[in-house]
This record gives sequence, structure tokens and C-alpha cells, in this order.
Amino acid sequence: MKYAFSFLAVIALILIAWLGSQIPGMPYLFGIALPYLAMMIFLGGFVYKVVQWGKSPVPFSIQTTCGQGKSLDFIKHNRLEAPDTTAEVAARMFLEIVTFRSLFRNTKSEIYDGPKITYESSKWLWLFALIFHYSFLLIVIRHMRLFLDPVPAWIGWLEFGDGLFQVGAPTWYMTDIGLLAGCVLLFGRRLITRHVRFISLVNDYFPLVLIFSIAATGILMRYFLRTDIDIVNIKQLAVGLVTFSPVIGTDIGAIFYIHLFLVCVLLAYFPFSKLMHFAGVFMSPTRNMKNNTRAVRHINPWNPVIVPHSYSGYEDEFREFMVDAGIPVEKELPPKEDEE
Amino acid sequence: MSVPKLEQLSQSVVQGPSLATGAIPTRDWMDIPVKFKSGNYAYVAKKDKVEYLNSQSGLSFPNAREWSPEEDDWKLPDDWKDIILKGLAERLEKFRSLKIFMDCCVRCGACADKCHFFLGTGDPKNMPVLRAELLRSVYRNEFTLGGRILGRMAGAREMTVGVLKEWFMYSYQCTECRRCSIFCPYGIDTAEVTMMIRELLHLVGIGINWVLEPVSNSNRTGNHMGLQPHTFKDNVEFLVEDVESLTGVKPNISFNRKGAEILFITPSADVFAEPGLYTAMGYLLLFEAIGLDYTWSTYASEGGNFGLFTNNETMKKLNAKMYAEAERLGVKYILGGECGHMWRVVHQYMETMNGPADFLEKPVSPITGTVFENAASSKMVHISEFTADLIKHGKLKFDKSRNSHVKATFHDSCNPARAMGLIEEPRYILDHVVDWVEMPENTIREQTFCCGSGTGLNTDEIMDLRMRAGLPRANAVKYVHEKHGVNMLSCVCAIDRATLTSLNDYWTPGVGVCGVTELVANAIVQEGETRGELEEGLRTMVF
Repeated sequence: MKYAFSFLAVIALILIAWLGSQIPGMPYLFGIALPYLAMMIFLGGFVYKVVQWGKSPVPFSIQTTCGQGKSLDFIKHNRLEAPDTTAEVAARMFLEIVTFRSLFRNTKSEIYDGPKITYESSKWLWLFALIFHYSFLLIVIRHMRLFLDPVPAWIGWLEFGDGLFQVGAPTWYMTDIGLLAGCVLLFGRRLITRHVRFISLVNDYFPLVLIFSIAATGILMRYFLRTDIDIVNIKQLAVGLVTFSPVIGTDIGAIFYIHLFLVCVLLAYFPFSKLMHFAGVFMSPTRNMKNNTRAVRHINPWNPVIVPHSYSGYEDEFREFMVDAGIPVEKELPPKEDEE
Repeated sequence: MSVPKLEQLSQSVVQGPSLATGAIPTRDWMDIPVKFKSGNYAYVAKKDKVEYLNSQSGLSFPNAREWSPEEDDWKLPDDWKDIILKGLAERLEKFRSLKIFMDCCVRCGACADKCHFFLGTGDPKNMPVLRAELLRSVYRNEFTLGGRILGRMAGAREMTVGVLKEWFMYSYQCTECRRCSIFCPYGIDTAEVTMMIRELLHLVGIGINWVLEPVSNSNRTGNHMGLQPHTFKDNVEFLVEDVESLTGVKPNISFNRKGAEILFITPSADVFAEPGLYTAMGYLLLFEAIGLDYTWSTYASEGGNFGLFTNNETMKKLNAKMYAEAERLGVKYILGGECGHMWRVVHQYMETMNGPADFLEKPVSPITGTVFENAASSKMVHISEFTADLIKHGKLKFDKSRNSHVKATFHDSCNPARAMGLIEEPRYILDHVVDWVEMPENTIREQTFCCGSGTGLNTDEIMDLRMRAGLPRANAVKYVHEKHGVNMLSCVCAIDRATLTSLNDYWTPGVGVCGVTELVANAIVQEGETRGELEEGLRTMVF
């Protein structure tokens, strides 16, 4: 049901853009007003969220160590998994963010008669996630060609690298296939893996369907419906948007407005959703803290004043027993009253 | 609750209605209410314990009462919902971790089958991701735009008594071992989530006795076991006698002695019951062999800190005794015994909460001269670090054959492994004193499996749960027991020594449990000893 709803929502969005953009005057809404609005929500929401996170302090040093900490000279320190310096933390974070190391560690457990539990390496999620994220990243970078005039040479190199194999003209990009495949694989995984299916929410299916549709409309535009659109006009609009002097030329084609509208929805949805993991991964205290808490004191800004049950209170309660047992005390017992 | 039959439980783990083995519940998890029945929950805190704690400065434990989770009415305060939601809002402002962990989860499921509770019970709500969703769903409803507008469609739900009961059930089916967090691409730590839920529950008077009774004991008498000063001293003296009759060496001990160089603090369980007693005897022998100038304290006679399983205020209050006592006695630094969660507190919380420890000196081994730079500020050294350094400098003489009755393996305790990075030191020590082998690689080091009874869950009324949760650990022990003839599971944790003993007796009879220092002391050769053939080391019965 949850995934079905995601499809319905995206279909509705597509219809809105398709029909809406055909109404005279509406291209200004879909081509100019909504992109600006979406970008504002994205940037504002993104910054707001990060600032909100940042406003809460990190009272305790709660790093997770996934290897040997810095200890005695002859004990080999695992600098990446239990970082002791800022540079080591940076290296740990860099590899986490760029190579998804934690996912690389993933195992799959099975329970057999006996009972006997086995664990084997399972890298599918890691692989799917890499395909998805890197394809997405490269596509976003490639799109900079639309907003920059002149187009920097390195974008050309990137496109050349991305388009290694050519199936007809124009060249197919690996990342286009990668993004579509990434969405399908991650979506399929949610349906097939029993425990992931059980925990999945609309919030999990919807972004995948949305991104798939963005990729699909982009591909349609580039390879199949090319005659419907005018790339020169699109570039003019895109450059106009970033230079704050947008112009909508002649008819651009509904498919473009659908693509753009879905991107706007994604941008506006981003700060309010789990997609914020993009920023959160940098700020996760278990990963971005040094494991040096016994060597350097970590400060808690709201450290409450709480004193222990005092030694004197303790001795007062047990003094007699302590003296009897020969345990040193601070205050001797009162002299015994003379027996009368 | 009697201990479940082995065959029954073995079958149930594999064939029972378990998401871990393939049974998919037909209803959405939000529609499955929790049901409390004898054996599936730990006894709630006794009224007098809650009252006592509530009377202590800096602590708040309201709503002390007689109640039972099995009854519909939990006798909550009228404004319980308000208290919970305000408490949640307050904690979101105090802990960045909570905010980020509430917002960032993508439900990728990488954590799902990493939890020993999930593997053993197959209960979907024991998947770390779903355990966090129990709280996250309420967070969405109250604190996020999407949750407010879309409600259940966005995974949000109202805070109800049913939700509160669910929180109680599942925050006490998590041992805060952090195994899931190492697999999470964002490092989301279920321990943080569970700790927050437990804090919230205490605000309305929901807590378990196996946590709060040790906490109140520790506050009053200095240790979880509630040993008063003279009893604590007696217990250690008994161990001295045992050591003397076994080895001919009479360890020199002192209590609350001002001017000692080092204050030694270890979990009180080590001077209270087997097999921890043998580890404590190990400390006595080890310190005697090197002539350490140290003292025990009866006031700070607890290394462990069940405040960690309660709330941060309680943790701070109990922990503060360590520094207070070190300052009063005028020692140079503190040496800490083998304990798991104690070392999470000491390594990650102690100096932040109760420092700066500027009245102590940077720890230096009086025997080797090694400066413990890694403890330069907090001034507390782990016994395994201390011992490994002694061995490296050739300060201890061993006869490994004295451990020839032992074929050991090593269990990494959750907290030293994942919250401290103390992984190689105990191994280095074992290499020198005993013949030992590793368990399978996905069950050791940072991927170690919890004993299943940490965070105050080592209570007998939930034996079924404990045996299930401990199954992944026991299974790995069984593997090396059958393959290599392992007969001893060594560890550096007092809770482990107690709980793994029950676990092994159940799943892998014939495998004992010991502290690393017990094996060290078994093998130590020292001057003046007149020990005969001790067939079972320090465990040998002498009459």
C-alpha cells in the first residue's frame, strides 16, 4: 500500500506539471516561480535544519570505536576506527562519506536448526547505495553545463568519461542507467527483504519513486522526445534563473516542465525528510568525535551541579562499624558516656 | 519464571513466529499492542527504593508507588503525557545526538539482524531501527512538519499509554551494547535512543528494580551489592585468606588508606560471588607480586554504575564518588578493574561529568615508569592496560603450564570494545599466560555480541529473554568449544562473569567463565610462594 501510494503521488505530480504547463502563462509559474520557491525552501530548510541540530550541544563524547584505541606504544592503534586526532577523524569521516565503510561491513545472519547462527558478508546494500549516490552526484554535476556559460572544460571531460559506451546517438551516460538502476534496486530491496519491507514507510518509497521519475523524464527528454524540446531555450532559461534574469522563450515542451517540477518537489521535500541524512552524516557524534576522552577533557555546557552522597554522610552512618572493623575514619566515635 | 527447556527454546528460536527466520507479521507494527505477562518483563522498582532515590539531592524519581505492568492501570500521573512530551523536547535541546538520530534514519535495515535481541526473539520491534521508530514516531508527530500534517502516513503517531507501555517493554529489551551502531551508515546509536527512552520513563515513575535497587545501594553503601564497609572489608579479607592457603603468599591489603599511591576500584560483584571472586583474588595476587602501593575504598567500592542505565543525573551522582574519594585519600591516580559498562562511564563520561581531575597526577606505572598518556587527563587506568605494560617490560614471571587445565577463548565486552577501543590489551595478556583461541570473526572485537543481560537485565525473572538474547554469543562459544575444546570463556567484565555463566550452563555446558586477571594470577610465579599443584588454579578447593 505504502509503495502504491508513492506511485500515485508521483503520477499526480506529473499530471499537475503536464496539464498545468499547457495553460497559457503557466510556464512562468512552472519555469520560474516554482524553481525559485523550491530553491528557497531547499536552502532555507537545509540551513535551518543544520542550525537547529547545531544549536543542541554534544554533552558527552559518545564516539563508537570500531577498532583498537590509542593506548600503549606496543599496541597497534587503529587510527581510522578509533581516531585520536582531528586528522584521523577527518579521514574516518571522509572514508565513511565517500566509500560508505559502515555499509561495507554489513553481514547477513541466518538461523538454522540447532540452533546455529551464521553470519556472512553481504555487500548488496553497499553496492546499490554506491551506484545510486554516485550516479546522482555525477548527474547533478553534469547539469551544471546548463547553468554555466561558458561551460567549463572539466564538465566536458566528466561527460566524456561518463559516456564511455555509445548506443546510438546521442551518447548514453552510464550514470543515467546507474540512477535508474539504483532506484529500482533500492526499491526492489525494500519490497523483497522481509525486515526492510516491514519497517519501510511512505517516506522511504516516495523519494525513490520521485527520483526515478526525475531520471526517467530526463532520459526521455534527452533521447526520445528531443524533437519536442528546444535545448537552446532551456539553457537560456537556466542561465537566466541563476543570473536572476529569467526569460522563457518559445514553447519548451511539457516533458521539460514535468522534469523540472519533479526536481522542484524533490528540493522542497528534501529538508523535511530523511534525505537530510546527507547533512546529518557529517554531524553524527558517534562518528565525528575523537576517542581521546581520557586524555583530553570533553566539556558539557549544561553540566548540572550534582554532588555525590558525601563521604561524611557515609561515615556518619557507618562509623561504628568502620571503627570496629579497623577501617580508618575522619571523625572518631564520641567517647563513651561513663556508666552510671 | 522458570528457565525454559533447552529443546523448547532451541526449537522456538528457529521455528517460532520470528521475523528473523522468515515469519512476516500480517499487521503493521503500530497495530500490534504489547502484552505484559509473567516472564517477559523485569520486576518494577520497589516503592521504597524509588522514594529513597527521590529524596537524594540532584535526583528526581517521582511517582513512587506499588504497581504492575500486567495491570491495565499503571497509576501514571494525570499529566503524564505532558511530562513525557516536555521531557522529550528538553532532551532534544540537550542532546544533538538525539535530534540527529531522530531525523537521519533512512530505514535501510543494515542494523536489523545485528541485534542479539532480534536474533534471539525474532520480535520485529527488537530490530534496532524499529526500536528507535517507537520513539521516532512520537517525535515526528510532535516535532516535525511532515508528521503533523500527514500523521500516520508519514510514520507519525500520537503519544498514548499504549506507546508508553511499548517503550517500557522494548527499552528494557536492549542492552545498549551499540553493536548495531557500527553497522549504521550514520552511526545511529540505539544505546542513545534507549537511554533517552529510559530517562523519559523515569519521569513518570516507570523503572525496573534490578536497576534502581543497585543504584540506591550504590548511593548509600558505596556499592551495588549493598555491602556495608565492614562487610566489604570482610569479603576482601576472606579472599586474602583463600589466596594465602592456595599459594602461601599473603597479599597485603588496606582500606580507605590516605597517602596510598593508587586507589583501586572494581565492580563490587568481584568480591561478592563466583566466578568474580577469582578475578578479585587475581588482583590481590598480581598487586602483591609487584608490591603495588594501593588501597581499596569502602566508600567508592563500586566500579560499575547502573546510573548509566537510568539517567545522566544518576550516572553523574554515582560516578562522582570515584574522584571524591581519590581526592580525600590523596592518591596519585585511580586504577580500575575489569568491568564493561564501568569503563564506558570512566572513558566517555567521568571527567566530563565530574572533572577536571586536577587534584590527581598523570598516571605513571610505579613499576615500569610508563606514562599512561591516553589517561593523562582523566587519570584512570584500566587494569588490562596496566598489566599489559607490566608484561611488556618483563616485570611479571609466568609459568603458562599453571593454566594447562584451561583452553580459553576471549569475549570482548561491548563497552570496552565499542566505547573505548580496548581490544588488543587483553589479547596481549592472554598470549602470555594461557593457551587460547578466537571465536568466529563476526562475533568478536568491535562486532562482539553482548551477553544478553547487560544494562540491568541480569535478573532471573526474564531468563527466557536472557537466554534468547545471549544465544548469538553462546553459539560462538559453542563453536570453539566443539572445534577446539575450549573450556573457559575469559572476559573483562563483571556482569559478563555472572551472566555468561548462566548462559554457558544453558547453551554450552562445560565452558566456565573467568576474568583475564584470574588467568594472569594463575600463571604468576612470585617470591615466597609455596604453592603446590593447583589443578584448577585459583579455583582449586583446598581443605
